[in-house]
Formats: sequence, C-alpha cells, structure tokens
Amino acid sequence: MLSAMILFPLAAALVLLLLPGDEAARAARARGIALVATLLLFGAGLLLWSRFDPSTAAFQFTERAEIFGGVFSWHLGIDGISLVLILLSVFLMPLCILASWKSITTRVPEYMAAFLAMESLMLGVFSALDIFLFYIFFEGGLIPMYLIIGIWGGSRRIYASYKFFLFTLLGSVLMLIAMLWMAQDAGTTDIPVLMAHDFPPQVQTWLWLAFFASFAVKMPMWPVHTWLPDAHVEAPTAGSMILAGVLLKMGGYGFIRFSLPMFPQASVELMWLVFALSVVALVYTSLVALAQQDMKKLIAYSSVAHMAFVTAGLFAFNTQGLEGAMVVMLSHGIVSAALFYCVGVVYDRMHTREIERYGGVATNMPRYAVFFMLFTMASVALPGTSGFVGEFLTLAGMFRTSTWVAALMATGVILGAAYMLWLYARVAFGDIRSDEVRAMPDVSPREVAVLAPMALVVLWMGVAPGAVMEPLRAPVASLVARLEAAEPPATPVARRIREALLSRGDAG
Amino acid sequence: MTTDIAASLVIGAPEIMLAAGALFLLLLGTFRGDRALGGLTVGAVILFGLTALTLVDDPPGRQLAWNGLYVADSFSTYLKLLILVGASVSALLALPHLARLQSARFEYPVLLVLATLGMFMLVSANNFIALYVGLELLALASYVLASFHRDNAKSSEAGLKYFVLGALASGLILFGISYVYGFAGAVGFEEVAAALRAGQSTGVLVGLVFILAGLAFKVSAVPFHMWTPDVYEGAPTPVAAFFAAAPKVAAVGLLVRVAIDAFGGMVGQWQQIIVFMSIASMLLGAVGAIGQANLKRLLAYSSINNIGFLLIGLAAATPAGVSAMLFYLAVYMVMTLGAFLVLLAMTDADGRPLERMEDMAGLVQTRPWIATAMAVFMFSLAGIPPLFGFMPKLAIFNAAVDAGLYGLAIAGVLATVIAAFYYLRVVKTMFLDPPASAVVVPQGRFNLAMMVAAAVLVSPLGLLLIGPLTEAGRRAASALF
Repeated sequence: MLSAMILFPLAAALVLLLLPGDEAARAARARGIALVATLLLFGAGLLLWSRFDPSTAAFQFTERAEIFGGVFSWHLGIDGISLVLILLSVFLMPLCILASWKSITTRVPEYMAAFLAMESLMLGVFSALDIFLFYIFFEGGLIPMYLIIGIWGGSRRIYASYKFFLFTLLGSVLMLIAMLWMAQDAGTTDIPVLMAHDFPPQVQTWLWLAFFASFAVKMPMWPVHTWLPDAHVEAPTAGSMILAGVLLKMGGYGFIRFSLPMFPQASVELMWLVFALSVVALVYTSLVALAQQDMKKLIAYSSVAHMAFVTAGLFAFNTQGLEGAMVVMLSHGIVSAALFYCVGVVYDRMHTREIERYGGVATNMPRYAVFFMLFTMASVALPGTSGFVGEFLTLAGMFRTSTWVAALMATGVILGAAYMLWLYARVAFGDIRSDEVRAMPDVSPREVAVLAPMALVVLWMGVAPGAVMEPLRAPVASLVARLEAAEPPATPVARRIREALLSRGDAG
Repeated sequence: MTTDIAASLVIGAPEIMLAAGALFLLLLGTFRGDRALGGLTVGAVILFGLTALTLVDDPPGRQLAWNGLYVADSFSTYLKLLILVGASVSALLALPHLARLQSARFEYPVLLVLATLGMFMLVSANNFIALYVGLELLALASYVLASFHRDNAKSSEAGLKYFVLGALASGLILFGISYVYGFAGAVGFEEVAAALRAGQSTGVLVGLVFILAGLAFKVSAVPFHMWTPDVYEGAPTPVAAFFAAAPKVAAVGLLVRVAIDAFGGMVGQWQQIIVFMSIASMLLGAVGAIGQANLKRLLAYSSINNIGFLLIGLAAATPAGVSAMLFYLAVYMVMTLGAFLVLLAMTDADGRPLERMEDMAGLVQTRPWIATAMAVFMFSLAGIPPLFGFMPKLAIFNAAVDAGLYGLAIAGVLATVIAAFYYLRVVKTMFLDPPASAVVVPQGRFNLAMMVAAAVLVSPLGLLLIGPLTEAGRRAASALF
C-alpha cells in the first residue's frame, strides 16, 4: 500500500513527461492527469486512515524488501504521527494542482511532473522506516523544489533557488555523518530499533546537534530561517503552498521521529537551546513580519513564528506540548497554504504583492474577503479554528514546563494577531485606491474549489479536533514515557540553565 | 622452470592477448590506412570483450607469475573489468567525433589498446619495476592521445604539457623507488613489506614520499593536479573522457596496492599525506570549478574533487575503505563518461563541438532529453540522493566514520556542499536560462544509446545495483588484506 502510494505519482510524472502532442494539448492533458492522480492518492490516503488502528504506537502497514544489498532496506511503515502528515500531504496536493491551473502556462507537463515527484518524496519521508531511506527521500525533495522555484519562480528566482538548495543541503550533510555513526553503533539502520536504542550520553549531544542542524534549517528556526522568505517570495503560488504546507513539516517530523526518541538525554540537556531559539524566533520574526511590505514575505515570516511554536511545544516534553505541536503543524500546513493561495488569487489579478497597492478588496470581492478573513483568524488562533486548538495545547504544555517561556510565547501570539489583522485590514478594508482593484473580479468557481476544502478542514479541526488527534495519542504517549525515563542533565551548566528555566524543579 | 613459465603464461593471458591484439591491429591499420578506423575500433572492442571473458572466471586467492613480478587477484580483476568498460566506451564514443574533425586516423584504437595494456600491468604489478614499466606504457600512449588533433594548437599544447609534467612525475617515482631499493634492499612489494616489518628507516620514508608524490600526479590529486584542467581542455573530448575514466581507475588501484601491499607497515606515515591530499583535493576541486566557463575544465576540477573523496577511503586504510573506493570508482566512471557523452552530443550548426557553459543555456527547451540526462549526471556527481552518485559517497563516509576519521568525513561533506554549487550551475544554465544558440545533435545513435544507458544506471534505478556492486567491491578489497 505505502510502496504503491510512493511509486504511483512517480509513474504518473513519467507519463506526463512522455505526453505526445503540441504545447497546448500537452498542457491541458497534463493538468487533467495530474489532478486525477493526486485525487486518487487522496483517496488512498483516506483509505489508509480508515484502516489505521489508532490504539497502538507500533508501526502499521509495514513493508520490507532487502533490495539494496544489505546496505539499507526498503522499509516502510506508519504510526499516527506519520499518518496525519501523510494525510496533510495528499490533501494539499490536488489543491496545489488546481491552484496552478491557470497561473502556470509554460512547460506545464514538466511542472506537474515536478509536483508529482515532490509528492512521492514527501510520502517517502513520512513513511520511511530506515534512516538512509529517510535521508534519500528527505534530500531528494531538494531537486524538484529547486526546479519549481528556479523555472517557474519570480524575478529573483535563481538566487532564491540556490539559497534554498545550498542551505538545506548544508544542514543535512552533517546529519548524514551522524546517521553513519548511529548505524555503526547500533548495528542497524532500522528506525524502530534505533528509537529504542540507548546511545552513549556523551555522544548523544553531538548526534543531536548534527540532526538539529538539518531539521533547524528545514523547519526553519531562527537564525537559519533566511532562505525561507526568499524561497517563498520567488516560488510560484503552489510552490509556496507545498513549501509552507508540507516541506517545513519535515523538520518538525524529524525532531519528533529522530531527535526526541533517539537522543532523549541530549534533548533534555539542550532543551534550553531550543527554547531560547524558539522564543527569539517568535518575537523577532513577528516584529519583522510587522514591517513587511510584501504579502508573501509577511506570511513567510509568520511561518517561521508558527514553526517556533512547534519546536517549543515539542521540547516541552509532555503530552499537551507534543500533541499541541503536532496540531500546530497540521493547522499551519493548511492555513499557511491557504494564505499563500489567497495572496496568489489577488496576485493573478494585479501582478503585485505590495500591500500598499491593495485596499478595499472586500468591497468588490466579498467572497474572497470571507475566505481570507477565516484563514487570517485561523492564523491568529481564534477559538473555533484549527489554529486555536494547537496553540492552546502547546501553551498549556509549555506552561507546565516553564512559565517564563510560556509567557514569552504568549507575547508572540499577540504580535501574531497584530501583524495578521493589520495585513487583513490594509488589504481588505479601507477605500479602494486604484481602478485596478476596482476591476478585480471575485473568486471564480475554481478558486472556490481550492479555498473551500481548506476552509472546511480548518473549521472542522477547530470544532472537533478529536478525529485528528486520536491517531497521535498512542505514539505521543510512548514518546513521553521515553523522555521521562531520560536522566536529568549531566553537565552543571545545562542543569543550572534548566533549573532557572523550569518553574517546577522536578520536571523531566 | 618450464612449468613455471607455462603457468605464468596462463595467469598473464589477458595481458598477452592485449599485447598481441594491439600489434595485430597496428599491422592491419598500417596496411588498410585511415579508412580502417571504424573496423579497428570494432576490433579493439571485440578484443576488450574477449579479454574480459578471460577475466570473469575469478579464482580466489593470489596468483603470482614471473617470479612474483606480476600478481592476479580479485582486486586486479575488478579493476581490469572496469578499465575494459571504460576503454571500450572511450573507443566507441570517439568514432563520430573524430570523423567530424578530420582526425579519423587509425592509431586511435591501437593507442587505446596499448594504454589499456599499460593499465593492466599497473593494477597487476607486484614489483616496483613492473609498476614503472606499466606506468610508462600507459603514459606514452596517453601523451600521444592527448595531442591526437595534431593540427590543433591546443591539443598539441595539452600533449606537450602532459608529457613534460608526466615525465617529471615518472622521474619522482623512479627516484623514490631507488631510495626504497637502497634502504629496504628490494623492489618486490612483498619483500619491501617484509623489510619494513624488520625495521624502518628514514630513507624508505623519503622514497615513500617521492613515490606518493608521483602517483598523486597520476591520479591528479592536489597539489599535483595542475596539469589536469589544461590537458582535459586541450585534448580531444573523447580522449578527455578516456582520461577521466580508465587511467584514473588504474592509477587509483595502483596507489591503493602500493600503499596497502608494499607500505602497509607504514600506515601511520602515509596516512597523514593521504589525509592532506584528500582534503586539499576535495576543497580545491570544489572551489576551483566554480569559476570555470569551459565544461571540460569544469569536469577536470570535478575529477580532482572526486579523487579527494576517493582518497578518504584510502586514508581509512581498512577493507571497508578500499571496497568503498572500488564501488566509488565504478559509479564515478559511469557518471563522468555520461557527462562527456553529453558534451560529445552537442555541436553548433557547422559541426564544431560546443564545450562552453553558455552554449548549454536553455538546453532543456531545445533538447529536453539531453538536458535531462546531463542534469541526472550533475546531480549524481554532486551526490544528491536519490541518484546513484550518493551511494558511493555514503560508503566512503561510512568507512571514514568507521575508522574514526571524523574530521575527514566532515571536511568531505562540507566539500560536497561547495561542489553542489557548481554542479547546480550547470543545471541552472540548462534549465533556468533562456536558450542561447542552436544546438545540433550530430548523427551518432550509438552514442545517444550509451548516454541513455549511463543515465539510467545513475538514476534511482541504479540503486538496485548496490548489492552486487558492493559485494564485488568487498570481494576485491579482501584480496589486499
């Protein structure tokens, strides 16, 4: 089942590349095939969900084939954490294809093929149960994304694509060295085995840091987030959607799959580092977002702030924090993709992302304004939207670990409300300042077809998050148990920082 | 004594076949003239195929011939098969190119066979004298090949440069051998190793340094790499492809055998030299390539960079390290031959070869499949998964981590990132820039077929070959330890 889900989009991509006919016919056919293929995968994802047993933390749907000569194996399987991220990927993909329906006009088959390859690699990342297989999928994603930004991007696309590629590659190669060491120490490349393996404490810190380098860049965390605004601004709309929606989640997934269970000791030891970076990121990037003139850049910075929420929640080391972080990831995946699409909708009409040029959009685009409003509210975590559930849980979890960090994070939430509401006010309300804005038609049925599913899911997750959180319970519980078993920090410095940080001296 | 010679003849059959074949082809060529080029090329490839047949039956253990001058083991067999593949492809891919440039002279396949014979002797040498003879045979054939476009100033310059510097390197090696002979009292690898076990002296160390310097020249490792970009640029493109593929395999194999077999007792001494050369090659190869506008020069720096990675395996001085090197060589050869095949597949409207970076601008719009193949080779050379080029790098780093050389492994991965920049530049030029000049794909269906085969091999499909290749590499490496 999982192998088929990974290989099917690749096969579809190959079909797209080999399509016969002239430019226009190929483009039309490519769009259709890509949409059908991604919808089929969405169906497969739902099927996976219906057959998933949420009562166990063990990996399900496992497949194993020794086709790589014993160096590593084709070993797949999912637990609840992987499941929800896979669902997020297959849900967003058809929407991305629809979102590029009209806005991409050149080299359409290649574009769609790149997206399908991307989907295959994302599914691979979330279902790989072998560290090297994981690495291959994790890194492989760079190539299609590089091409998507580089070929179909904006005016500074080449700079942005290079920066994206080299930043992420630099982060990841150190992780590779750490993986090699782990494979030798544990004598296996199996993720489930490694998750239960106890690495020597003095080495854990180094391994943790190597993995941290990779996931922190991918997340991205301050101060290595600078590639993200550039990549977002230059990427085509759907590229931004998938980048913010799924690719950033690979970093969070990496933390929860590797750093926390494999190096519990180091995670406890270095939690102060993660907290410090997260809090700085939250406040700093929120302030930066306030000052942005470019809508996409503003949302990109808000992504960094939201991801800081995720990292802080993950390292709170309790059930609320971890579950909250997962829900923030899912919610942000949908909300940020939707917000980028909202920017794309007006960009397709006006061909500018300058906030100044808009104003009063609500007057002649009422339906658009409603959608945009909903996603803005979800981004500032209004109760009733998915954003609230995640941020509330994360803050609750963090409050149990450290009131100070929780208080600083709450500042970030307020700032987040400030920049998002201000953005909305400047774009949607006020007087119409130009004839171009007055002439903009409201959202077309196709655009509604992209926005409506995301809006429904945001509301559904906000009102009844149980369905999404159910699969998370068992893996999070076993993770918390493993972290609680970790001994308190060994080095005096870390212990002192930790004691100063934690409101309850006995935590962890 | 007669049985000894008979046994030696059997063990040395591949070399004898090649030598006889080369002379026969030369004779044929002299009588039939330059129009025999096509026939002679096919003849050479058949000869390579027949030689390969004598090699596939690879008996375990070491077989010594001619009083220990020559050794045949799994290590040499593995390398010889690689050399044969590289030489065959280099022979075939040259045909359309030589015809186009009015350089279609019959000596080309003959020289290739002679160079191959030299390489065979190199990887089977068990004695410094045999080593030197093989080295010179390879070198003399290579000098002529480098200046094969004899009407072209750049080609002649490349040949001359290669000759002067190559002669210097040979001199260094000979000088080193004389020291080793003087202080260890032997020229056979086993005797030298035995003498070193009995006691080491500074004189042998001096000899070791000179021999390593000379061999570093042959594998184009920094700081003895200067000739590489010039020779690659000046030499005819098929010859550059040959240099990047087969002789590299042979020289690396020789370096490994000398280091492990003859100087295995001095690992502590040569390891630091190899570590230095490895880091310097990786970094200089990566940084030097960034500014290159000529793709052949870029590929030359890429080969320097790759030698750096290969040397990591030698620095580890473990069976895992050597088997990773052998695995690396096989994949590297396919990638680099593929990249050269792409270069050969492009000419301008007048049939002149295109080899500048700007000539490839927007290639994906005019020649999508060739551009895609080149992108596959570039990403693979950069070592980006899921392409096959990632796997040998993984094996090399694995060996380094295994041997505790963490600093070297980290330097290696950082060099990978720097190198990724210039490989990406090629992809960027082809995929992201607007098309520049009209690129014509000359007739040469066979070349295109070889290019497609190479692209498929290094594509993710190649990952299925990891098993057999690592197994073969492990078996070959075990012959040395």
